Amino acid sequence: MSLLLLIEQVLNGVQFGLMLFLMAAGLTLVFGVMGLINLAHGSLYMVGAFACAAVAAATGSFWLGLAAALGAAAAAGALVEVVVIRRLYNRDHLDQVLATFALILMFSEGTRWAFGSFPLYLDVPAVLAGSVTLPGGIVYPEFRLALIGVGLAVAAVLFWLIGRTRIGVRIRAGEADREMIAALGVDIGRLYTVVFALGAALAGLAGALVGTVQSVQVGMGEPVLILAFVVIVIGGIGSIRGALLGSLLVGLTDTLGRVLLPQAFALAMEASAANAVGSALASMSIYILMAAVLVWRPGGLFGAPA
Amino acid sequence: MAEPVLRAERLSRGFGALRAVDEVTLELRPGEIHALIGPNGAGKSTLIRLIAGEVRPDAGQVLLLGRDVSRLDVARRARMGLGRTFQVSSVAPDFSVLQNVALAVLGSRGGVFGLWRNVMRDEALTGPAREAIADAGLSGRGSVPAAALSHGERRKLEIAMALALQPRLLLLDEPMAGMGVEGAAELGALLSRLRTRVPILLVEHDMDAVFALSDRVSVLAEGRLIASGTGAEIRADADVRRVYLGEAA
Amino acid sequence: MTAAAVQAPARRWSREARVNTALSLGLLAVPLLAMAAGEPFWVTLATRAAILALAGVGLNLALGYGGLVSFGHAAFFGLGGYAAGVLASHGMSGRPIVTWPLEIGGTTQMLAIWPVAVAAAALGALVIGALSLRTTGVFFIMITLAFGQMAFYFMVSWPAYGGEDGLPTYVRSRFPGVNTMAPLQFFAIAYGWLMLALWLSWRIAGSRLGLALQAARQNRQRLAAVGIRPKSVLLGAFVLSGALTGLAGALYTDLNRFVSPAMLSWQTSGELLVLVILGGVGRLFGPVAGAMLFIALEHLLGGISDYWQFFLGAMLLMVVLFARGGIMGALAGRDG
Repeated sequence: MSLLLLIEQVLNGVQFGLMLFLMAAGLTLVFGVMGLINLAHGSLYMVGAFACAAVAAATGSFWLGLAAALGAAAAAGALVEVVVIRRLYNRDHLDQVLATFALILMFSEGTRWAFGSFPLYLDVPAVLAGSVTLPGGIVYPEFRLALIGVGLAVAAVLFWLIGRTRIGVRIRAGEADREMIAALGVDIGRLYTVVFALGAALAGLAGALVGTVQSVQVGMGEPVLILAFVVIVIGGIGSIRGALLGSLLVGLTDTLGRVLLPQAFALAMEASAANAVGSALASMSIYILMAAVLVWRPGGLFGAPA
Repeated sequence: MAEPVLRAERLSRGFGALRAVDEVTLELRPGEIHALIGPNGAGKSTLIRLIAGEVRPDAGQVLLLGRDVSRLDVARRARMGLGRTFQVSSVAPDFSVLQNVALAVLGSRGGVFGLWRNVMRDEALTGPAREAIADAGLSGRGSVPAAALSHGERRKLEIAMALALQPRLLLLDEPMAGMGVEGAAELGALLSRLRTRVPILLVEHDMDAVFALSDRVSVLAEGRLIASGTGAEIRADADVRRVYLGEAA
Repeated sequence: MTAAAVQAPARRWSREARVNTALSLGLLAVPLLAMAAGEPFWVTLATRAAILALAGVGLNLALGYGGLVSFGHAAFFGLGGYAAGVLASHGMSGRPIVTWPLEIGGTTQMLAIWPVAVAAAALGALVIGALSLRTTGVFFIMITLAFGQMAFYFMVSWPAYGGEDGLPTYVRSRFPGVNTMAPLQFFAIAYGWLMLALWLSWRIAGSRLGLALQAARQNRQRLAAVGIRPKSVLLGAFVLSGALTGLAGALYTDLNRFVSPAMLSWQTSGELLVLVILGGVGRLFGPVAGAMLFIALEHLLGGISDYWQFFLGAMLLMVVLFARGGIMGALAGRDG
């Protein structure tokens, strides 16, 4: 395997990881601040993707679609928070899991009813449709490079938001002590709605961007959701830093595992068997990574020791 | 002198920059009630948790019946005979009193993985459980759900559970807290009766109870043991008076 | 819910006992009436309900008694299912499963398949449980979900047994003296296992392990303080729970004569949780009531609309938000 191909796969892994980060950041914020486990986060990812696909198809503009994705996911998030989620903050995790599982069923079937079961496809916007040649002669699609840029930009904004702004102070305070912050006169209900909608918008953004690279269909959100859980488990619940590191680890492990493991086994056994063993093992690699982190640090890399 | 049942040997534990427990050495001898007092934040709770095994020490040892148990977990120490009550009563709320205490009997006798016999018909469990319930002064309350007990009764239930372990020592973390005068007196009488059976390390804020009950008193302040002796000695100790009363030395 | 579970069985004919009897007889009556009416499809539905109930009884041991919210029980369901499918397909083709270090062939005899399926699921539960129980709360939910997904992707990408397409077994495995291809006779096997599992679950709930397990749900700190390691107790229950669910998986493969990665999917884990909760968590017959309702809804709503899961979701949401306690809570009272 050539070095160039390897570098290209590393870029793919980073890109995949950063898209996971958009999902994981919202999940970990919602859990850290409200103590809520939200399975329907994957549905908001799907909502973003469908909104982008529908608006882009109607207007012919990817950028309007992207704006619609952000708006639709944030609105759906705020609506769900006000109608359902806020009744769950004081419930146990089992109730939260069941209620948000019910929301998945409703979102998925509702979307299937509105858009049908066939996948939709999004065109990469014309300005980013080409490829660039990176130093060293690697030819890489502009759009995927843009995804890396967006992921890094969002990460930077989030770090700034949490670390340096008033709303960040409130979020961190809400994390520490719900009653205290309420006593200080902050409208905790509105704060929660805002945080939830922010997480939803990030999920919707990820859905629209990944939907452009892959396809837009019902059920696209849940596999990503579960990967985002793996990310959070690895990084530590509630930690944005952990979510970023975990995302990159998972993205790189998954992408490189799929390329490298079958080739590695091919050195020791014949090709078809190597491919079988290699790809089966590659599909398990991130979970093995998660198990290893758990054994080493049960609270995750940046979490409190459990 | 008889060998101590419990010996904490230069125990230390910090949380971040705070030295919660700082090189504390402490003994509990057979037949005594040894009270541990100190102002809030002195490190009493951390010391109790270090002895029970809920927190690991940064340095130092815990010797139980002469054996170093520093590396054993909570359950192992309990099975060796360390019975304990918590500052905030800790029981299984859905269980009846009898079930709670039978659970403790089960813990001390082993064999958790029995799958067939119905526990509540197993005289090997319910017999000792009923005895412990009677010893703790809860006779006749066996079938009441723990969640329905009064505050004082829940304290007694915890003591019954500790007794059901056939303990070699008891760690009682503020058993009198919130009890009222009458309840505290009743509990004091119970502890006084128990002392001949099993030595007690008693953390308590109720000073009347401490000086009435205990054979020895140790005082903790800012993580360090500043005095240890009989009640009279402690009352006279200049360091203690300074810590509690703010008197100039 | 549970003070009653560990106490000596009530001498009087309690309301819960009557509901339980009605549920047992009701599930038994459906296929008998269906055969009399010449509607064998309903026998299959009743069999599916019995098998899902069996899986739910397994899950309920961990979830209801131990308070462990496992979102990965599909892994054990699928492990049992694939154990049955792999053994049966090798049994029919005559090819050995492994040839080294010793030759092991397949079998189409249920009496040989069941122990293997149970052992495979139990072993899986031991490994997944030991790792997952290093954590608690929401971490535990996410980790069991992730391990379930790992099992799913493994079967999808492992080409030897059909990969994504699954593995057909064509005919049901055999059982001495029974024609397993006859719907009613196969139902009898599934129903028999369900009753046996319910009895087992009832014995466990009242046993030493049951006492410790229910204590672990309520207060782990207290359990440790009386000398019992919560993790050991919970792991023991998790393994038993996985084993029962694995047995249900083996029966499910025989019911469908087909096994596919769908059995291992996160939706399956979710559905198992849903039917236990709909039925009544921690209630002995909760999974039975839940499975019967789930199958009935799937069939009835599915007949009205292709998007029946939307209504299932809406109903589940209402139950979680407003009607806690499930069917058993409604029928037999909150405390049984």
